[in-house]
Amino acid sequence: MLEARDLAISFGGLRAVAGVSLTVPAGQITALIGPNGAGKSTLFGLVSGFLKPDAGSVTFEGRALAGMKPHTVCRLGMTRTFQIVQPFAQQTVRENIAVGAHLHLPQRRAALAAAEAVAQRVGLASQLDKPAQSLTVAGRKRLELARALATQPKLILLDEVLAGLNPQEVGEMIPVLRAIRDSGVTVFMIEHVMQAVMNLAEYVWVLAQGELIAEGLPTEVTNDARVIEAYLGHGTAARLRAQEAAHG
Amino acid sequence: MRSLAAIGILTLATALLPLFISSGVVLGFITMVLYATLLGQAWNILGGFGGQFSFGHAVFFGTGAYAMAVLQLRFGLNAWVALPCAIVLGGLTGTLLGALSFRYGLRGSYFALVTLAFAEVFRILANTFDFTGAGVGLQLPLQEGTAKLQFTSEAGYLYLALSLAMISLLVAWWLKHSRYGAWLAAVRDNEDSAAALGVNAFRVKLVAITISGALMASGGAFYVQKFHYIDPHLAYGADISVQALLSAIVGGMGTIFGPLLGAVVLHGLGEITRNSLSDAPGVSLIIYGSLLVLIIMFMPRGIAGLFEGKR
Repeated sequence: MLEARDLAISFGGLRAVAGVSLTVPAGQITALIGPNGAGKSTLFGLVSGFLKPDAGSVTFEGRALAGMKPHTVCRLGMTRTFQIVQPFAQQTVRENIAVGAHLHLPQRRAALAAAEAVAQRVGLASQLDKPAQSLTVAGRKRLELARALATQPKLILLDEVLAGLNPQEVGEMIPVLRAIRDSGVTVFMIEHVMQAVMNLAEYVWVLAQGELIAEGLPTEVTNDARVIEAYLGHGTAARLRAQEAAHG
Repeated sequence: MRSLAAIGILTLATALLPLFISSGVVLGFITMVLYATLLGQAWNILGGFGGQFSFGHAVFFGTGAYAMAVLQLRFGLNAWVALPCAIVLGGLTGTLLGALSFRYGLRGSYFALVTLAFAEVFRILANTFDFTGAGVGLQLPLQEGTAKLQFTSEAGYLYLALSLAMISLLVAWWLKHSRYGAWLAAVRDNEDSAAALGVNAFRVKLVAITISGALMASGGAFYVQKFHYIDPHLAYGADISVQALLSAIVGGMGTIFGPLLGAVVLHGLGEITRNSLSDAPGVSLIIYGSLLVLIIMFMPRGIAGLFEGKR
């Protein structure tokens, strides 16, 4: 569905994303994981049109996205959320979601009604008339998700929608995300919360220092020596293995 | 719908006033309040609803005023024809200024500075060329009669100001109840988020500055018809820019009735201080300024914010 080929971008001397290729399959939940600063959000920025790649290409449903602005990309059916939530703070939850709904619904009344339906899906129905700035972190994450869903995307890029939530809140979000996938929306998520990744993702890519170091099923990548080293430091994998052998 | 009804009732009530009030002073005061409402609403559409703070709205006002005067004096156009031309020219000035500054992502104080610079450039241009009467300005000959858009009675100007002010209020109402208005508010609150939701922020801002410029230009055209005279400072000076943003900020940015409330309070205040302290001309301005500071300090959401808080 979404195909990135040899994507690369540098900020100053830093190669934030260095030649990444991946293909997101339609109809699944897939995840992009990796340590802090690996370039995950930058990769999202590149595929969604917020950043211009120095090299490489992005194709969405067979269409090249080269040079397209974010709002055009969204019109094609791919939208993203932000890691640092960006609500329209002065507006109510309903108004926030309606902005997304307006993409395909010119009538104000229709958009507001659609906003209500979307709020129901993500569990925000009771807070529709609250100003966005009064929401808790969990509420704001749900709002990010709701606004993006309201644009009726085919593919939704979720940038750490579970970060900052307590385990119970994460547990509540997992069925929500699954229901989104079941409704036919492809989900590609950046996530640190491994509980969720293991639970949700059908395929995982691991990014470290701008490069893909592993990919596969969640259980495969979490046992991959390079992945463990990327997260926990050089030599850790061998040490863990030795420890296991000693205890075993 | 309630605010639409309020606009209707307000229009009707104001339109009936000349039947009961014959005092030219009172009618003149109401006319100037309506005129200030128009300028404030023009600024409010871009600044309040769109979050793009202009410090040079005189650029649109002056363009409307000069267009009105030049089209009548140099091209012999009837005032009724010149008026829509002036409004369109003001709108186009907005489109041009917007295209230049939004194209390069100018926001906040940078955008404010660019608008100020444009107003200054236009002032200097108007001051230079004979076409615009240079420093002397342009004088509209007195040709009283509705056919010439000049009125013998104060009521005539009241109706003209009322029509323009009500159009501006209706535009504001539309912004509160339309997809375009929702997009504009989204761009104001967070441009990146809006873009991620499919909003073309550049185009949305361009439309806002065009509407804002057109309304502001209608204010300039009104000014010329009312006072029969325009010069570079009156047209493009900072006074007009400040007047426009003040009634919007004092009244309540991004609200439908804010500019109207601001215009009433500011003009009322101006009258009172001017009358009660007529022997010390400077003092009235000091009081006026101090009150402004207090209003902005303690009512950052403007007068309209007080009503919203109570709800």
